Amino acid sequence: MKIIISNRSDRPIYEQIKQQIRDAIFAGLLEAGDLLPSIRQLARDLQVSVITITRAYNDLEQEGFINNVQGKGCYVLPRNQELLREHARQKVEQGLGEAVDAAKAGGIPKAELMEMLDILCREEHYE
Amino acid sequence: MNDLSETGLILKVQGLGKHYPSFDLHDIDFDLPQGYIMGFIGPNGAGKTTTIKSILGLIRPDQGQVTLFASINPAAPPETPQSCLAKHSRIGVVMDRPLYNEDWTVRQIARVLAPFYPKWDDQKFQQYISRFALSPDKKLKELSRGMQVKLQLAVALSHHADLLILDEPTSGLDPVARDEICDLLCEFVSDPHKSVLFSTHITADLEKIADYLTFILNGRMVYSGSKDDLLEKYVRVAGGLDDLTPQQQALIIGYRAYSSGFEGMCLASHLQQLPRQLLTEPVTLDELIVYMHKGEAQHA
Repeated sequence: MKIIISNRSDRPIYEQIKQQIRDAIFAGLLEAGDLLPSIRQLARDLQVSVITITRAYNDLEQEGFINNVQGKGCYVLPRNQELLREHARQKVEQGLGEAVDAAKAGGIPKAELMEMLDILCREEHYE
Repeated sequence: MNDLSETGLILKVQGLGKHYPSFDLHDIDFDLPQGYIMGFIGPNGAGKTTTIKSILGLIRPDQGQVTLFASINPAAPPETPQSCLAKHSRIGVVMDRPLYNEDWTVRQIARVLAPFYPKWDDQKFQQYISRFALSPDKKLKELSRGMQVKLQLAVALSHHADLLILDEPTSGLDPVARDEICDLLCEFVSDPHKSVLFSTHITADLEKIADYLTFILNGRMVYSGSKDDLLEKYVRVAGGLDDLTPQQQALIIGYRAYSSGFEGMCLASHLQQLPRQLLTEPVTLDELIVYMHKGEAQHA
């Protein structure tokens, strides 16, 4: 599994790690039952503090993505459909938000924007 | 009093104070749990080295006490010179300058030091000096500052220490050597029973690897706790000169006005009392130290 961190991002490191593990779960790169690297191993590899990784894992556990089995490690839990849809909705919202901003900045009318979305959907055969 | 071995504290400093004619250290209080890295920060002359020397028993504090390795147990037998020595052999120390004779070679230093440590591991020492490219026949005085630090680290890591105490190990080192040292420290605490206390004013080294921070300013402790909590407690703010009312300006720590604006930081919890057009961003450790230092001077 790939986990990389940006040193110049405004986003805290624990959030970057959390996001990447979550994305890997959504993308199916991590499957239910997979064992995540141990907290101390990952801290050592990424050269970040143990507390940073602990925090990322704790959050993921609370959000229902992984399960921490004392003394054994952290396992990926089966994917939750509700969470999956919520995650997809967030991504769509973000992308559409950007499109709206760009349209506004470029003076493209709303009708034309909707039309563009329609064309894109048709090109992808998404009906 | 709890048995510290249960709470997993490796070092407990309580109410430490030391009086000097020109400098006073007051009420230094912190705990270092097992398995974590604590950064010890503050400007030069804040009292970091005095605190470290008190922990190591190199100077006798006027107030307070230092407890190493879980023996603040009322049932424990009183400290004897032997038990004290045994405890200190579990600490690996890297000071600003090595405390060895500068005419000794790397090989001689190892030979002289080995008998002081019951768990001296010569094989490990050989591994570290070859990893650090230290030649055994070089005299201490012939080594660069970076090499001297690495030699001390090689010694500190070769007797199965449970606590590493480093006083400014990275000052005066180039970025490559500093990165190597940070990497070694991360490696050291991948064992959950080992801890590091690391004083520095190069905060970039701590920003990532430190779990806890203890911050002292002018001989007083400003903060001790998790690094993330400290960095999330404050926000850097900047804005135009007429953005703030005097009441709002009083919330800014380390306020600095210049011809075209101002900068400083404030408590994240105060942010809602400030106008929304200000620029706000996460504060770095360096900024935090500078603003705190300025804030202290402004209130003095």
